[in-house]
Amino acid sequence: MIRHLLSTGDLSRDDANLILDTAEEMRSLADRPIKKLPALRGRTVVNLFFEDSTRTRISFEAAAKRLSADVINFSAKGSSVSKGESLKDTALTLQAMGADGVVCRHNASGAPHLLANSGWLHGSVINAGDGTHEHPTQALLDAFTMRRHLGGLDGRRITIVGDVLHSRVARSNVLLLATLGAEVTVVAPPTLLPVGMSAWPCETSYDLDAALPKSDAVMMLRVQRERMNDAFFPSAREYSRRYGLDVHRMAQLPDDAIVLHPGPMNRGMEITADVADSTRSVIVEQVTNGVAVRMAVLYLLLSGTDNAGTDNAGTDNAGTDNAGTDNSEASPA
Amino acid sequence: MTAYLITGAKILGADRADIVVDDGTIVAIGNDLDVPQDAERVDGSGLVALPGLVDLHTHLREPGREDAETVLTGTRAAALGGFTGVHAMANTDPVADTAGVVEQVWRLGREAGYCDVYPVGAVTVGLKGAQLAELGAMADSAARVRVFSDDGLCVADAALMRRALEYVKAFDGVIAQHAQEPRLTQGAQMNEGELSGVLGLAGWPSVAEESIIARDILLNAHVDSRLHICHLSTKGSVEIVRLAKKRGLNVTAEVTPHHLLLTEDLASTYNPVFKVNPPLRTKADVEAVREGLADGTIDIVATDHAPHPVEDKDCEWSAAAFGMLGLETALSVVQHTMVDTGMMSWADVADRLSVRPAQIGQLADQGQPLAAGSPANLVLVDPAVTRTVVPSESASLSRNTPYDGMELPGRVVATFLRGTPTVLGGRLAR
Repeated sequence: MIRHLLSTGDLSRDDANLILDTAEEMRSLADRPIKKLPALRGRTVVNLFFEDSTRTRISFEAAAKRLSADVINFSAKGSSVSKGESLKDTALTLQAMGADGVVCRHNASGAPHLLANSGWLHGSVINAGDGTHEHPTQALLDAFTMRRHLGGLDGRRITIVGDVLHSRVARSNVLLLATLGAEVTVVAPPTLLPVGMSAWPCETSYDLDAALPKSDAVMMLRVQRERMNDAFFPSAREYSRRYGLDVHRMAQLPDDAIVLHPGPMNRGMEITADVADSTRSVIVEQVTNGVAVRMAVLYLLLSGTDNAGTDNAGTDNAGTDNAGTDNSEASPA
Repeated sequence: MTAYLITGAKILGADRADIVVDDGTIVAIGNDLDVPQDAERVDGSGLVALPGLVDLHTHLREPGREDAETVLTGTRAAALGGFTGVHAMANTDPVADTAGVVEQVWRLGREAGYCDVYPVGAVTVGLKGAQLAELGAMADSAARVRVFSDDGLCVADAALMRRALEYVKAFDGVIAQHAQEPRLTQGAQMNEGELSGVLGLAGWPSVAEESIIARDILLNAHVDSRLHICHLSTKGSVEIVRLAKKRGLNVTAEVTPHHLLLTEDLASTYNPVFKVNPPLRTKADVEAVREGLADGTIDIVATDHAPHPVEDKDCEWSAAAFGMLGLETALSVVQHTMVDTGMMSWADVADRLSVRPAQIGQLADQGQPLAAGSPANLVLVDPAVTRTVVPSESASLSRNTPYDGMELPGRVVATFLRGTPTVLGGRLAR
C-alpha cells in the first residue's frame, strides 16, 4: 500500500480494490448504533485546510473520529499566498506536534505533493483536493457508490460532464475509473477540456445527448457561473441548455443508470432540482459513503505505521468485530 | 598593471598559442612572443580561450531586492561563469526607467569591478506598459543604455511597441521583447500541453509567445528598427524567426541555457526551482532551439539569470516566483548541449555568447576578436573536466539553480576583464 494518497494515478488496481473493500466494511458500521472503532487510537490526524470546504473537512473529521484518532482542525485559509505563515512553516509546526496523518486541502495544485516529498513532515499525506489537480478520496467515494449500484466497474460506461479543465474531481475520477476497468467518457464544451486530453485514459465528447443513452452512470461536475466572464461559455443559460442535466435528458439514460454529483451543486446550472432529487440520484448517498471511504483510507495509510497506538489487525478486524468496542478503554501508546 | 602570459591555450578551441596581456589589452597572440619581463604566467595548456562572454539578459536585483542578489554578488557569479559583461534587466525596485537608476546600476558595476554592467532601460514607465519611459535620457546618461526591455512583462500594446521601436532609432537602440501575450497566459504556471492538464497547473501556451514574436517582427519591419526577442522557447518561435531572417527582416533572438537543456516534465515534481518564465517546454522544443542556435536563427545564448531568495522557491508551485540561476552554469550547459553534441564549435560558442550579444548591445570593447589590439576581455575554459553542481557553492546570493546535483562538463579557469583577472584557478581572483 502506498504511504501517501496524492493522486488516484498512484493506485494500482489492487490498492484501489483494497480501499473500496475496506470501505465496504466501514460502511456497515454506519448502520450500527455505535459507529466507532479503536483502530487509530493514539494517532493524530490533522485536517489542514487552506481552502474553505466544510463538507470535505467534516467528512474527514467524522472518519478520523470514528477510528478513534485525535483530530486537529487547522484552518489556514490563504495564508501562504497572502504571505502569512508559509506552507513550510505550517508543515514544520505540524511535524513538531506529531501529526501521523495530514489531510490537506489547498488551492495550489501540488501542495500535498510538496508536503509529502519536501521532508518537512513525516506523517502520511492525504490529498483532500489540491487546486485544479486531484481529489482522490472524492473519486474513491464516487467509485464506491457506483460499485454498490452497478455491481462492479469493469466494462461499465461512466460519463463525466462539465468543467473538466478546472476540476480536480474529474482528473481523479478518470484515472481511478480507468484503473478499475470502466469505460469513461468526458463530455464538456471544448473550452472546458484541457489541452492534450487525447493522452487521458478516456474518450471525450462535446455532445451530451449522444453520450447519455450508453451511460451506466453520469456524473455532473460543478460549473462556476463566473467562468463565463472568462469566455469559457457564452452564458449560464446556454451552458445549461447544452450541458445541463434535466429530466428530459435524464430520460435518455438506460433504466438502471444513476446520477452522481460531487457537490456542492448549482441547481439549475449543471443539474436541475428534479434530477438532483430524483430516484436515480445517489448524491446524498455519496456523502454517506464519503465517510466510509475516508475511514478506509485513513485506516490503511495510518494503522500500519511504526508508532501504532494499538495493535491493529488487518482489514478483517477493521469491520464488524470491533465495532462495539468502547474506545474509552485506553491502550498503551 | 601586471602583465600576463597565457601559454599554450587553444584559441577558440583550435590552434594552440600564447597570449600576452598588458595594460588592459591583448598585446600579442602567437608563438615565441616578446614577453614583458615581469609577466605572470598562466598555464593555458588544455584550455580553450574565448573572448569574454557577454550576457544580454541578467537580473542583478539591485536596487530593491538585495536579499536575492546585488550587483556585487551577481557580477562575481558572472565572472565565475566567464562573463566580462552583463546587461542588468530593468525590473528592479525602483524600476530602471530613469537616467538616475541606470546610472546607479552602472556605477555599482564599475565599483564592484568583476564584470562590466550595462543597464537595460525599461521601455515603459514602471514596466506598466502604458507610457514610454525616458528612453533618450537613459541613452544619453553615463550608462549609455542601448537595450530597452520591460522583461518580465510583455510590451503587449501594439501601438506602444511600434512607437518604442521607432523611437529608439534615434540612438540606435534595440527593443528586447519579452514575448508573452498577457491575456493568453493569465495565471499561467507551466507549458500548456498534456502534462499541464494532468498536473492541474494553468497552461502557458506556445502560441502566446509565437503570436507576439510574429506581430513584433512585422511591426519592426514596418518601422525599420531593431527588435530583439528575449528567451525564445518554442519550436514555432524558431520557425517564425527563421522565416523572418530568410526574408531579410531585422530581428535577433536569444535562447537561455535552461531552454537548451531542461524540459517540462520536471514540473511533475512540483518543485518550484523548475518554475520559470517562459516555462520549460517539450523535448521537440528543446531540439528546435538547439538547431536554431546552431544554424544562426537564434543569435545568442542569454542566461536570464534570475535569483530568488529561498522562501520564494520553498513553497507551493503557484505561489513561487518565476526564474532560475544561470550565470555560473551557462557555458557548461552550452558545452553539454551544443559542443559535446557536435552541433557547434568553440568558435560558434564565442560568436553566440560574446561577439553577437556585444553587437546587439552596441558594446565597443566587448566581443572583440582574440587578436592583438583587442581589449583583454577573455576567458579560459577547461572543457575536459566535469563537475557536479552544488547550489551552496554559488557566488550568487540565491540558490535557485535547476542543475542541483547534475554533472556538467567544463569549468571556467580564468576570466580577464580588461587585462585584470577576475577569476584565476577557477576561483575569484580577489
